[in-house]
Amino acid sequence: MKVPVRWAWWEAVLWIALLASPLVFRERALLINEIAIVALFAVSLDLILGFTGIVSLGHAAFFGMGAYAAALFAKLVMPDPLVGLLVAIGVSTLLGAVCSMTIIRGSDLTRLMVTLGVGLILAELANKLDWLTGGADGLQGVIMGPLLGRFEFDLYGQTSALYSLLVLFLLFVLARHLVNSPFGATLKAIRDNRLRAMAIGIPVTQRIALVYTIAAGMAGAAGGLLAQTSGFASLDVFEFHRSADVMLVLVVGGTGWLYGGVAGALVFTLLQNFISSITPQYWTFWIGLFLVVLVQVGRERLLRPWTWWSVLRSGGSK
Amino acid sequence: MTTITKRFFLSTLTGAAMLALGATAALAGEPLKIGMVLPMSGPFASYGKQIESGARLYLAQSGGTFSGRKVELIIKDDTGVAPEISKRAAQELVVKDKVDILAGFGLTPSAFAVAPIATEAKKPMIVMNAATSAITTKSEYILRVSHTLPQVTAPIASWAAKNKIKKVFTLVADFGPGLDAAAQFKKTFTAAGGEVVGEVRTPVKSPDFAPFLQKIKDAAPEAVFLFVPPGEQTIAFIKGFAERDLAKAGIRIIATGDLSDEDILDSLGDGALGVVTSHHYSTYHPSAVNKKFVEAFQKANKGMRPNFMAVGGYDGMRVIYEALKVTKGNGGGDALLAAMKGQIFESPRGPMFIDAQTRDVVQNIYLRKVERKDGQLYNVEFDVIKDVKDPGKAR
Amino acid sequence: MLTLLFDGIAYGMLLFILAVGLAVTMGLMNFINLAHGAFAMAGGYITVLLMQRAGVPFLACLPLAFLGSALLGAVLERTLYRPLYNKPHLDQVLFSIGLTFMAVAATDYFIGSSQQIIQLPEWLKGRTELGEGAWMLGMGHYRLFIIAVCAALTVALQYVLTKTRFGSRLRASVDDQRVAAGLGINVNIVFLATFAVGSGLAGLGGALGAEVLGLDPTFPLKFMIYFLIVVAVGGTSSITGPLLAALLLGVADVAGKYYIPKLGGFIVYSLMIAILIWRPQGLFVRQGGKS
Repeated sequence: MKVPVRWAWWEAVLWIALLASPLVFRERALLINEIAIVALFAVSLDLILGFTGIVSLGHAAFFGMGAYAAALFAKLVMPDPLVGLLVAIGVSTLLGAVCSMTIIRGSDLTRLMVTLGVGLILAELANKLDWLTGGADGLQGVIMGPLLGRFEFDLYGQTSALYSLLVLFLLFVLARHLVNSPFGATLKAIRDNRLRAMAIGIPVTQRIALVYTIAAGMAGAAGGLLAQTSGFASLDVFEFHRSADVMLVLVVGGTGWLYGGVAGALVFTLLQNFISSITPQYWTFWIGLFLVVLVQVGRERLLRPWTWWSVLRSGGSK
Repeated sequence: MTTITKRFFLSTLTGAAMLALGATAALAGEPLKIGMVLPMSGPFASYGKQIESGARLYLAQSGGTFSGRKVELIIKDDTGVAPEISKRAAQELVVKDKVDILAGFGLTPSAFAVAPIATEAKKPMIVMNAATSAITTKSEYILRVSHTLPQVTAPIASWAAKNKIKKVFTLVADFGPGLDAAAQFKKTFTAAGGEVVGEVRTPVKSPDFAPFLQKIKDAAPEAVFLFVPPGEQTIAFIKGFAERDLAKAGIRIIATGDLSDEDILDSLGDGALGVVTSHHYSTYHPSAVNKKFVEAFQKANKGMRPNFMAVGGYDGMRVIYEALKVTKGNGGGDALLAAMKGQIFESPRGPMFIDAQTRDVVQNIYLRKVERKDGQLYNVEFDVIKDVKDPGKAR
Repeated sequence: MLTLLFDGIAYGMLLFILAVGLAVTMGLMNFINLAHGAFAMAGGYITVLLMQRAGVPFLACLPLAFLGSALLGAVLERTLYRPLYNKPHLDQVLFSIGLTFMAVAATDYFIGSSQQIIQLPEWLKGRTELGEGAWMLGMGHYRLFIIAVCAALTVALQYVLTKTRFGSRLRASVDDQRVAAGLGINVNIVFLATFAVGSGLAGLGGALGAEVLGLDPTFPLKFMIYFLIVVAVGGTSSITGPLLAALLLGVADVAGKYYIPKLGGFIVYSLMIAILIWRPQGLFVRQGGKS
């Protein structure tokens, strides 16, 4: 499935519904907020994974960087959320630019290792610099100012949800524009066959670095949103399971499609909420099982339920 | 997708209906909801188990109702050191489950994360285990019934200084309680004439003690002061300690009672005999109240021994019970909190008192030695320092 | 300092045994298997359970751990892994992460999340100390045992690889699968046997490492990065590469944590990233081999 070049009617309906949801489902505003943040994170991963073919196990590094940047900014400099968000995006974009130099060379495995390594280093850094980050206790004392000077971030989450959804929408539009442009076309060419892309003159290294940096900035925005809407940042934002989860979210929704991130976030978060209330600790088992089955059956089939039948009959993928 | 939207709709409708119903119901007779945020899974799952068991024991002993209101415990798992999850759990408890009181908190990060929620929602927050001094300062609504690290560290530091231990190496876990313990130990020990020859901080999750043990051996102190979260880390430390023959090199272990926590004491084996610790509760505490408590606990929990965390859960519920008696069953946050402050009673640990100003616990701290009694290892008390206030607050 | 070196070498050799199976299967099948740690964990738990529930002595548990994990590996290879050999790396990553999650949660559910404690036999406990002062070499007997076992295994592996027919078939399949199949080598059997042995070795490593590294359900996730580092830095076209990489990693980790406890974890990761940027194909790869 592809992102339509011109805005389709169903896209308009979807976005209006999403933006209205915190007003309709007031009790679930916190959940909606979570979905929006995960969706933004997943869309940012889609840019590098779905559109450029870079398998990254350390995307949480940028998410965490954005979270801590936003939290520290609010605590030490200024509690205004919008400025803080911009700072978060700026910092993680910078980090992305630096890290993009590390992923250019090497095979899939090398890239996997390097991205994983970067993620782990940042986690260690955050842990060690506990005078700045609060270490394992988490960064406390982050009091967010009201949004636009009027809307307070309260316990019930409506402001948070609307804020996150709006940021998601804006960045989504940006990403959509990016992938439908000639730039986006070159990314897909790189993903499909890097050698061939080089042969026709696409500056592969430059493109990869650029998209990685942009994706990092977007992930940082998601992290910043998390820190701002929960008034808190902890080492958890750098953990491996965050990188693994977001990859799963994207895969569930479908890669290379941008809306995959949104759909996946919706399904994943709701499912997680539901299953966690039944068996909180064994949630990972069901996720694992789902992944194993999904890959065995074939990822593309997830979004085409009518193909499930043929799989069951033939007894597994070829 | 339609099923999910339908579910949304249905649950919101039901939720709204319940809200409406709840608002019209009379206050008395309405269940008292206590939301507990505990580590029920992961490496600290034993904390959650002990605290929950202690709380449920008290509940069972008082017939399940406090001042005519049925008590409902809603337990949410925060897996231990994951303040994000603790915060989310507390938010759900307050917004969705509409609890009257927040309780639990096995480790410091979770208490820190939930503090702002207690303040915003104006609900009393009973800390039943987390032991960093600064916790009670994070919100006006926090009340602690467990202990603080400085409170239990100062006595062992004084004891060491008085018992020919002049040089000590400290090893603590790198988070709130560990830092508190190291700082307090240094303060009390050096004031009494001792010398801290080295300090090391280990990561909170899955540390590897080998290099640190080697460092300690090379520094040749007379004792090593240890604080790590009780459980697998203490076991790993004792094992590593024995493996490197540190005892043969003349190094003793002194620690807070977290080292000889009754949950894991037996699995430490003979390597733990003779270790001196200071703490506020021992299963072997020779009082009538404690004997009854231990018996009832073991009966209700298939022979599992209660440790200080179970007592935290037990006393936490007691504080709520007494407070509810004073407010005559009304659950209003501020009134309840006021009734909780200043309570003084006899707990299985000994006498204890909730200071109205600091909202923290003042209690006896005992010096104990690990000995074998009736085939099991116990912490046998040999000295007591009465009514210790948290020295951490003075800083 | 010598003691540190000794400890580092013991740690490194253990990592080697744990990771060598991964190195070979990755070189052979070009399959990114992040679930390798789960096989190690299986071996560890087999040992613990046999010792605790059935009273089997520690030494006897080691070959049993090897066999158990090898069997598990063989079964899984045939059923779950084989269909995925030609799938893109992302699928393989997702699959192996999924498998790991399942293993972690299942172990937690059936056995519990606390650390498992092994009671070593008496002759393995204790310590020998040679020399004095700064040059003292303190050798824990268990670590000596580890070094001995791992060294023997390394020699055996190298022998199998270079001097037996299976070894040459394996090397041929690693170099070029298609040509090897064209020459009549049954590549499927080679894969199956290699995967089984690799998993078995991981299981053995898990059993040996339970005492030193700790054993709990999160083992595969905790150590996955270390195995991957050994493979990425050491390359997948020989055994000596991963061996040297593992030793380097072991010594660097132990020394780093001793001398600069504040930066302990960093050293390893930064070293790895630096090496991979400098030599993306690995540090010890021979020229002409497949990456």
